Amino acid sequence: MPPLFTQTHLLGLAGGLMIGSAAALLLLGNGRILGASGILGRFATRTTTGADWRDHAAFVAALVLVPGLAALIWGVPQFETLAPLPLLVVAGLAVGLGTRMANGCTSGHGVVGMTRFSRRSIVATLVSLAVGFVTFHLAHHVFGVL
Amino acid sequence: MTRLIWTASGALFGLGLWLSGMTEPARVQGWFDVAGAWDPTLAFVLTGALIPMLVAWRVAARRKRSFTGAPLPAAPETQIDAKLVGGSALFGFGWALAGLCPGPALAALGWSGVPGFAFSAAMVAGMALWNLIGARRPRAVAA
Repeated sequence: MPPLFTQTHLLGLAGGLMIGSAAALLLLGNGRILGASGILGRFATRTTTGADWRDHAAFVAALVLVPGLAALIWGVPQFETLAPLPLLVVAGLAVGLGTRMANGCTSGHGVVGMTRFSRRSIVATLVSLAVGFVTFHLAHHVFGVL
Repeated sequence: MTRLIWTASGALFGLGLWLSGMTEPARVQGWFDVAGAWDPTLAFVLTGALIPMLVAWRVAARRKRSFTGAPLPAAPETQIDAKLVGGSALFGFGWALAGLCPGPALAALGWSGVPGFAFSAAMVAGMALWNLIGARRPRAVAA
């Protein structure tokens, strides 16, 4: 019988606690919501969030550089996806457009919004998960494009 | 201090994504593969992430301002509209197809090579596209 929890699950839980702590730090420290798509989106759209763009740039720089450094020191994670390059581009377009339309993604809606019991965030998270399950099933098991 | 907090938050967010396995698209696709080799890791990550934030919102509810004196976020909007549902559906479609959402896509840029860069570049283009087609309409007033 396989163990109830694998090391991967426990690392997931530990990493999740760090993700939540990062969001808590930003909320209680700066009064801001940690939403990856919103913060990145300000550089692609004319949203006026009120925050200094240099603060957002510092967040994005740390988000890219620090895991890169961790990977260098402690190990590079696998980067394998079932999607071929053209599908990755389609997926990226959908994620970018969709998260700006819905004003949030897994971090802003899923972590920060759901924990304040925001109706919009709960709906957004459930819809994205549900469509994700259906999309993957159809693409992988039915149409075989993944 | 404000900028230091932004930087530390981005660093901690990135390290958490790196540690959690969420920068591995195959693992995220495994989460969506309920009928195949289902991988529950994402549920562990989300559970872990919700815990500090449940505490943080309770702390925030008892305060008027953040620790640096900035105002705390206003009450969330409540309107469930087509933009929210349609946008989330579009997001879920891309999320499962690639096995990536915005945070992990950025965190993995250091090693994700051409596929990772292509996804992220397309994501930014998708965001800019919203600027062209949707964002010009006046925003609904916050409740």
